[in-house]
Amino acid sequence: MEFDVQRYLAQRIISSIPVLFILAVIVFAVLRLSGGDPAAIIAGKDAPQWQIEAIRNDLGLNKPVYFQLGIYLVDLLQGDLGESINSKKPVITLIKQRIVPTLSIAIMTELLTLPISIPLGVLAAWKANTWVDRLILVWSTLGFSIPIFFLGFLLIKAFALELPWFPAAGYVKPEEDFGRFLHRLILPSLCTAIIFWAFLVRMTRATMIEVLREDYIRTARAKGLAEGGVLITHALKNAALPIVTVVGWGIAELFAGIVVTEQVFAIPGMGRLIVDSIVRRDYPIIQGCMLTIAVLQVLVNLLTDMSYAIFDPRIKY
Amino acid sequence: MQEQIKSTAEKAQPMIERFINIYWKPSVKKLDWTWRRHPMLLIGGFILIVMGLIAILAPYLWTIDPTAVDPPNRLMEPGADWWFGTDYVGRDVYSRTIYGARVSLAVGFAVGAMSVVTAAFFGLLAGYFNTVDLVIMRIMDAIMSIPHILLAIALVSMVGGSVPIVIFAIWFVTFPRAVRVVRSSVLSLREEVYVEAARAIGAKTSRILWYHVLPGTIAPLMVTGTLIIAGSILTEAILSFLGAGIDPETPAWGSMMADGRRTISKAMWVVGIPGGFLTFTVLAINMIGDNLRDILDPKLSRSGT
Repeated sequence: MEFDVQRYLAQRIISSIPVLFILAVIVFAVLRLSGGDPAAIIAGKDAPQWQIEAIRNDLGLNKPVYFQLGIYLVDLLQGDLGESINSKKPVITLIKQRIVPTLSIAIMTELLTLPISIPLGVLAAWKANTWVDRLILVWSTLGFSIPIFFLGFLLIKAFALELPWFPAAGYVKPEEDFGRFLHRLILPSLCTAIIFWAFLVRMTRATMIEVLREDYIRTARAKGLAEGGVLITHALKNAALPIVTVVGWGIAELFAGIVVTEQVFAIPGMGRLIVDSIVRRDYPIIQGCMLTIAVLQVLVNLLTDMSYAIFDPRIKY
Repeated sequence: MQEQIKSTAEKAQPMIERFINIYWKPSVKKLDWTWRRHPMLLIGGFILIVMGLIAILAPYLWTIDPTAVDPPNRLMEPGADWWFGTDYVGRDVYSRTIYGARVSLAVGFAVGAMSVVTAAFFGLLAGYFNTVDLVIMRIMDAIMSIPHILLAIALVSMVGGSVPIVIFAIWFVTFPRAVRVVRSSVLSLREEVYVEAARAIGAKTSRILWYHVLPGTIAPLMVTGTLIIAGSILTEAILSFLGAGIDPETPAWGSMMADGRRTISKAMWVVGIPGGFLTFTVLAINMIGDNLRDILDPKLSRSGT
C-alpha cells in the first residue's frame, strides 16, 4: 500500500471529532448538572434575590440546559470558547496567558524523564531478576506511591530551605529573564519528572522483557552479536512502539501532575487557572481548559501513531 | 442419642480428613510457597492490615479529639506530650494522623470495589458485542482524555465535599481504565475454542458471559482493582490537598499536609508524618498489586527471561 500521509491525517482528524464532541458534552453536563450557582457567587453573599436573577439572566443561565448546551456547541464550532463569567475576558486570551508555564514544565519534565527512564528500564529488563532490577523496581514502586505534593514539599525542604540552591516557589516570565525562568522551573519539573519516571521505567522494563524473550533475540545472540547491539538494534527498536504509546498516553496524566505541582510551587499556569475557576464556578474557563488539554492529547496521540511508521517500517498509513 | 452423635462423628471424620487433604493442606502449601517466592506480598499485606486496624480502632489508640484546637500549644515538637507534635493551631498530629487513615482507606476500598464491579459489567458488554463496544469505548476514551484529577475536582467542588461524593467522583474518573483492561481480555477470550463450543451447543449469551468469559477476566481485574485502590487513595489525598476533597473538618492526610505547607520551614513533622503514612499505605497496596500480577499473570512474571 502506498504511504498516504494526507489521507491518514484527514481520517484521524475526522475520527477524533466525535471524541472531542462527547468530551465537550460530558464536561458541560458535569458542570451544569452538579449544581452550584455562579450568579450567586458573583453577586456576593448577601445579594438580594432580584440581583442574582438579573445576573443569571445576563449570563443566559436561566435558559433550559439543552438550550445552553446548543449555544455552547455552536459557539465552539466557530472556535469561540466564550468569555469568563468573572473577568469578562475571552477564555482563549486567558488560556494563552497561562499555557506557557504549563507547557514549559511539561517539556522540561519530558526532557528530564526520557533520557533517564528508558535506559534504566532497558537495564532492569536486561538484568531481570538481579539486585539491579530489584533496586530499580523498588525505586519505581516508591515513585508510584508517593503523593506528588508530598514529593514537592520534600524537594522544597531539601533544595530550597536546607540547601538554598533553588527558590521555594514562584515564576519568572521567559521574556523577562530566561536564566531565572529556567532556574525556577527546575524543582517543579523535577517533581513531576520523578513521578513520571517511575511510570516509564516500568513500561520500558515490561515491554523489553517480552521482546528479549523472542526468538530473533536468541538468534542474534547465537550468531555472536555483541550484547549492546542485541539490546539496542534488536530489542529496543522493537520495544519502541509500546514505549512511545505509553509516553503519548501519559500526556493527560502529566497535566494532572502539573496541576498539583503548580499549586505546590505557586506557578501561575493553566492548572491554577482551572483550580481557581472551579472554586469560582467560572464554567466557560473550566470547559475551555479541559477542551484545550483534550485537544493536546488528541494531537499527541496523532503524533504517536505517526511515529509508529518511523519505528516500524512495516506499518504504513 | 449419643450413639447417633458418635456415628455421625465417625462418618464425618473421613470427610473432614478428605477436606483437609484436598483443600486445606494444598492451599497452606501454596500460601507458604507464595510467601517464600513473594515476600513483598506478605510485607505489603502486613502493613495494610496494620493500617486497617489503626483505622478501625482509632478511638482506642490513646487518641484525643482530632479536631480540638489548642492555640497556646501550637507547633510543639514531637515528644512525650505530643507524640507526633502539634500543628499551627495546636491540634494533635498523632490523633489526626490516626483518624486520617479512616478516610483514605474507606475511599480507596470503596472506589476499588465499585470500579471492579462496573468495569466487569461494561467491559464484558463492550468486549463481547461490537456495537456496544463502539458506544461505550468512545465515552470511556472521552472521560480518559481529561486529566482525572481535574474532572474529580470539578465534580466534587460543584456538589460539595462529603465522603460519598468524593468516592463517586474518583470512581467516575477511574473506572474507564479498568473497563479497558476487562474489554481487552474479553476480546481475546471470546475467540477461545471453549467459548465457541459453548456458542455452538446453543448456550444462551448470558450464560456464556457469566460462566465462560467472566472467570477469565478475574485475574487481570484483581490486579487492576488493587492498583485502583492505591491510585484512589492518592487521588483523594490530592483532592483534599487542593481543598476540593471532603470537608476540612474531617481529618484527612491530604488536608493535613495542605495545612502544614505554611509552616514547612519550622515544623516539617506536620507535613512529613501524614505524608509518610500515606506513602507507606499506598506503597504497601502497590506491592500487593505487583506481586498479584506476578502470580496471576505468568506472562509478565519475573522468572522465565
